Amino acid sequence: MTGADYNFAYLDEQTKRMIRRAILKAVAIPGYQVPFAAREMPLPYGWGTGGIQVTAAVIGPDDVLKVIDQGADDTTNAVSIRRFFRRMAGVATTEHTAEATIIQTRHRIPETPLAAGQILVYQVPIPEPLRWLEPRDTETRRMHALRDYGAMQVNLYEDIARHGAIAKSYDYPVLVNGHYIMSPSPIPKFDNPKMDRSPALQLFGAGRERRIYAVPPHTPVRSLDFDDYPFTVQRWDECCALCGATDSFLDEMIMDDRGSRLFICSDSDYCRGRQGAGEAAE
Amino acid sequence: MSIVANPAETAELARGFGDPVFDAQRSFRALLDALARPGLQQHAGDGLAPPAGLMPASYAIALAMFDADTPVWLSPVLRITAVTESLRFHCGAPLTEDPGRAAFALVAAGDDPPLDGFAPGEDRYPDRSTTLIWQVPDLDRGAPIHLTGPGVNGSVTIQPSGLPSGFWNQWAANHARYPLGVDLVLVSVDALIGLPRSAAAHAGLEG
Repeated sequence: MTGADYNFAYLDEQTKRMIRRAILKAVAIPGYQVPFAAREMPLPYGWGTGGIQVTAAVIGPDDVLKVIDQGADDTTNAVSIRRFFRRMAGVATTEHTAEATIIQTRHRIPETPLAAGQILVYQVPIPEPLRWLEPRDTETRRMHALRDYGAMQVNLYEDIARHGAIAKSYDYPVLVNGHYIMSPSPIPKFDNPKMDRSPALQLFGAGRERRIYAVPPHTPVRSLDFDDYPFTVQRWDECCALCGATDSFLDEMIMDDRGSRLFICSDSDYCRGRQGAGEAAE
Repeated sequence: MSIVANPAETAELARGFGDPVFDAQRSFRALLDALARPGLQQHAGDGLAPPAGLMPASYAIALAMFDADTPVWLSPVLRITAVTESLRFHCGAPLTEDPGRAAFALVAAGDDPPLDGFAPGEDRYPDRSTTLIWQVPDLDRGAPIHLTGPGVNGSVTIQPSGLPSGFWNQWAANHARYPLGVDLVLVSVDALIGLPRSAAAHAGLEG
């Protein structure tokens, strides 16, 4: 298979137009899930088929693409999607957040603050934040239409009643522009505050569930909480073992079978950048 | 394979994109930026020779976004062979007389259709709404209008001219129906400004 046998960015032009129209409506109605006719992609559901279709519809020859999987540029999903677009669109790719015009992500927002003009494309497994409370799509649509969101607040309250705190640590629901409740995709709640009034355009693609939604730049995104139980993010007592960062999301690494462990940055580009800066200063 | 056509008929036909794939992508990105950042001018259709009646940017949007799935409503001034034949030939888009069924509407200045005649979407599917491409004489010389809302960092001022009197009252009513409502793209020659339904417009003083 070579890129020359396919249209630019793999999808045919009519499919791109259909996805592009869905993206435009998603941008006009922040947080609302626009149905779209997701195509079968040359990789299984759950590997980012929604995100890839959004990226393919948006990307042009002048774009610079970065792909991350759980924050890292060098994991299987990120490597194969980056290679897919290098082959199918011939675009430049990068691992540096600041150089990218489009960043496709699975389950993280980069630590380096995003800038105006950048587009963040999320891979989304379950786009419907109310799905675990109400399995019927007809009902969740009605709930969104009426903003009948009491069940979500009760769900968070039950956490407090059982655990003394809201136990949800990823895919933490947000209210977009004061209107729709939205799933931020399974990013850690540590990343939720980065969505709020971000200067970048945020696009979300769910391939299996056939939904696209968006958060335009400078749009208020509030994590749901209660006055007496305000939203908080994860904190660590440790710092990154490689770069010493205390402000980034840390992954726990088990080092041996005697229980010793290390914490390192989940964002590989951020960590490498800090290590490089540290060496330059020495 | 060759397409044989009567020369008298093809004389009406405007050329489409020189490079359909990349020109469509660039035009879409301009439109995406316009709707994601309401009030900021974007550019599309550079180098296009649109049919009489259409501006380069509106023609570029039509070529990039219209197809057999999108019923298109034309304002009366644009219901001329040059426009209809070009849209049919290049886009394959069905034309509709009913603005309430239109996915897209192309509007010439002066025709001034009421916004509430177009599809606002449904409660459960607010995306099933019309996007209007509205041509105006220019985007810089009208009375200042201040926009706020998603995509706007604080507030942004636009100065389109040629919109009918009472237009911004209509827009306020459209915005008040949010999440229902139409989305608007104001076009002048090759410049465009997006006004998604989420944008609130205020005339006169800032704020």
